[in-house]
Amino acid sequence: MGALQSLPGRPEYSDLAEKTGFSFEQIGVLHKRFKQLSHNEETLRRDHFNEIHDLAFNPIRAQIIEAFFDRRNFHQDGEGKVQEIGFEEFVVVMSHFRPPSDHMTEEQREKTRREKLRFLFNMHDTDNDGTITLEEYRHVVEELLSRSGTLEKETAKCIADAAMLEVASISVGHMEPDEFYEGITFEHFLKLLDGFEIESRMTIRFLNMDTTTLCK
Amino acid sequence: MNLVFIRQAGTLLFICMILILLHGSRGEIPSKPIAATILPSVKPDGGVQAYPEDQKNNLPMFTMNYPRIQIPFEITLWVLLASFAKIGFHVYHKITIWVPESCLLISIGLIVGAIMHSVHEEPPAVLTSNVFFLYMLPLIVLESGYFMPTRPFFENVGTVLWFAVVGTLWNSIGIGISLFAICQIPAFGVQDINLQENLLFSAIISAVDPVAVLNVFEDVSVNEQLYIVVFGECLFNDAVTVVLYNMFSFVAEMPVVEPVDVFIGVARFFIVGLGGMAFGILFGFVAAFTTRFTSKVREIEPLFVFMYSYLAYLVAELFAISSIMAIITCALTMKYYVEENVSQRSCTTIRHVIKMLASISETLIFFFLGVVTITTDHEWNWGYILFTLLFAFVWRGLGILVLTQIINPFRTIPFNMKDQFGLAYGGLRGAVSFALAFTLPDTIGRKQLFVTATIAVILFTVFLQGISIRPLIEFINVRRTNRNLETINVEIHGRLMEHTIAGIEDLCGQWSRFYWKDKFMKFNNRILRKILIRDSRAESSIVALYKKLELQNAMEILDTASGDISAAPSIVSLYEEKKSSSKPQKKFLAADLKNMHDILSKNMYKIRERTVAYRGKHALPNDNHTREILIRRHVSIRRSLRPGSFQSSSYVPRTHKYFSLPAGKSLESTFPAARRSYADDHETLSEVAYPSQRSRFGKPARSSSSKAMIPLRRLGTLEEVPSTDVLNEDSSSTEQGVFRTNSSYSDSHVPRPRRLNSSFDNNNGSADDLRNVHEEPSSPPPGWAAEPRDNTARNPLLRRPQWTPKRK
Repeated sequence: MGALQSLPGRPEYSDLAEKTGFSFEQIGVLHKRFKQLSHNEETLRRDHFNEIHDLAFNPIRAQIIEAFFDRRNFHQDGEGKVQEIGFEEFVVVMSHFRPPSDHMTEEQREKTRREKLRFLFNMHDTDNDGTITLEEYRHVVEELLSRSGTLEKETAKCIADAAMLEVASISVGHMEPDEFYEGITFEHFLKLLDGFEIESRMTIRFLNMDTTTLCK
Repeated sequence: MNLVFIRQAGTLLFICMILILLHGSRGEIPSKPIAATILPSVKPDGGVQAYPEDQKNNLPMFTMNYPRIQIPFEITLWVLLASFAKIGFHVYHKITIWVPESCLLISIGLIVGAIMHSVHEEPPAVLTSNVFFLYMLPLIVLESGYFMPTRPFFENVGTVLWFAVVGTLWNSIGIGISLFAICQIPAFGVQDINLQENLLFSAIISAVDPVAVLNVFEDVSVNEQLYIVVFGECLFNDAVTVVLYNMFSFVAEMPVVEPVDVFIGVARFFIVGLGGMAFGILFGFVAAFTTRFTSKVREIEPLFVFMYSYLAYLVAELFAISSIMAIITCALTMKYYVEENVSQRSCTTIRHVIKMLASISETLIFFFLGVVTITTDHEWNWGYILFTLLFAFVWRGLGILVLTQIINPFRTIPFNMKDQFGLAYGGLRGAVSFALAFTLPDTIGRKQLFVTATIAVILFTVFLQGISIRPLIEFINVRRTNRNLETINVEIHGRLMEHTIAGIEDLCGQWSRFYWKDKFMKFNNRILRKILIRDSRAESSIVALYKKLELQNAMEILDTASGDISAAPSIVSLYEEKKSSSKPQKKFLAADLKNMHDILSKNMYKIRERTVAYRGKHALPNDNHTREILIRRHVSIRRSLRPGSFQSSSYVPRTHKYFSLPAGKSLESTFPAARRSYADDHETLSEVAYPSQRSRFGKPARSSSSKAMIPLRRLGTLEEVPSTDVLNEDSSSTEQGVFRTNSSYSDSHVPRPRRLNSSFDNNNGSADDLRNVHEEPSSPPPGWAAEPRDNTARNPLLRRPQWTPKRK
């Protein structure tokens, strides 16, 4: 790949490859895309994301973009947001979407599953307190349903409420009359989506081929 | 039980006897070959025998004119006989678990055939080419296409096509060539079969028919991927087989085959396949467009569905392109749009009728297979037939192995060895092979041998593999499906995830299936829906699901313990609900509640369950899902509801579901692992593709029964309920809804001590302690109603919808 000449050399790639599990070619492709998005700068900012045309139709665009700038997704125990990200963080965030490979052990699968669910959880939990409160959940549902023009905000609210109660009953079971349900913690979240085969569904097939020229 | 059984068997035998006697009373033994006529020849003197001829022209008191009615009469009797057989199987329900229905039907057919043979009768020759291909096959295929779970299908369409097309080709060519090799061995005495004929024969027997297999898979709930691949493969390889058959039979009659012919054959294959699809899509769109205008003629709406599909089939036959593909694609395209346009009742009718016709068709085919087995002249050749069996098995296994290896890298969820075993072992032969064998041209010298061999293969696979596949699958523990719980959360998160993935894909510039799905859905929403659907506002499936669940709750409440709609549900329960709300900081104000209630009431309208429970070919989609709800809200009701009591409405949906779990129990344990269909889960969760929305205001859904009027009768405003039988789809767009539950809602419900009352009770409009739950219209199918198991004393309303439709 001739384009590699202008990109970080191999040693960096191998670092990244090890950390995230992508292959060299895939990292190369992603790097090209990074460059394309950031107009050849070193870092990506939010306004770069806003330029992506196809993303405009996505109802949860804001959350997706935020997810890239969220330190919690950077595989460290970071918190808070950043304003701009470099290529490494880009790839790390992308790596959440890798399909599970065949040779994974049960443990690794479980780990991948947790990671993916953690990613989703972070998308909800915007104030970073470790729980998804009703407000946050409502916000997400509203966004999701924002395409439905005829639907008012109230419905989204009700749906979110219903969902919260559902979580409550699943995780906490029977509740006393005077208990409150504080919010969905990550453990509850895991339990909630227990039957959901997220490790295979939340995947993107990362190509080894460069398709950036075909996309906007 | 025994008595019933004996009675059934007796009835069956009685009918048999009548049939045979009727045939026998003709007084002559027709010895025509089977393929000659549709029915045995008319009785020569079947006319009036009841009175002697030397009488003068008095008015006859008693006449009998059999020939006039003979044909329809005999058809009806045969159909009845086959249907009685089906009834009889379920007398001992254990039988159907271990022995697939096709086996049983064939056995009954064998018995009847033996009886007929012993009285030297001919079976009605229904298996002429025309009757089978023009009348029986389209029904079966239409049913398969209509009830195909679209989403898993499209996600796996590559795999399905790969296995269907390439797999069938591999099988036919492999078997054909090996058989040809065998033919060369003089010991078997079949040297006169040339290559073309062998290929023709192998095309016939490589058609896989998974009826039995699907039943087993469904019961054992194998993972969805396997299921959909087997299903799709069956469907499409019918098409491929027919194409191959036509091609090879043409070729078999040619003395010399040139390379040009092979090339033309390949080109023809593509024309046939793609042409079939094109026709199907065309007719599907025309059908959808037509139903857009049928709001005034609801009674004949189902007719359009059938006529257009059949037309697609026939036109494709006219041009000798793949009629099976045509009818499948027609059904697929049509279903989505038509189900939105037609009334609920028509929708149910369509489904029922399709299932019924397909069931009859399939039953008859297997039945006749049994009959004909006994009564044809067989030509048996040990070597050829045994080797056929062997090769059929071997090549299928090899084929699956090789093909899976090739396609696994392209799949996100690769097939493991157990899946492959399931796929390979599930290759039963059935109806299509049978019919094709019978329609072999007579110019083929060894036709009888082929027929015999086909029958042998079918019987062998159906009986042996069909019976043994269930224990084997359970034994090797093929990967089971993860039952996605139909919770709002799962729906929301699933949706969220899809959006996220689509977004990330856009971000990183990678294409994948979501990209195409996205594009198609945009196209769909922008253009297609506007044209084809009458009322094309979109509704998110999350909202649809939510509405559905709420309605179900409301139905539950109203319907359970029909005397129990008390006017004063306990305050405690409501209080609990209030508390249990997941708002940590703030309580719901009355105004809030009223708002919620208003919203809900405004938004809950035409809920039609669009998922189809695929329970195998002979089962109707579960009625629970096609239950309709007719909701008419009276303005007066709304007025009578007080703000304070509205908490109920919005709480009902929320709380009903999940509060009743006894502490510590997990959600899964409350659901028996009863049959759940794949179509259910996936259709519900993501039927309408993800960005599309549809909301239906002003179109009340309609229910189809009136049995549960009983609980409603006590409620003041129900005088109007009976009158909702009128087909008034175009009722005003005010929020009116009549509430009707469906008839067979007969599951036992633990009578709830405290019921949040239906708000239809006008009389209690003023009571403050009257917790009028404004029952959102819902018609939960009985199976959905939570089983009493998780009904706790405290929160009677709060039941988890039990996702166990009562299957037979």
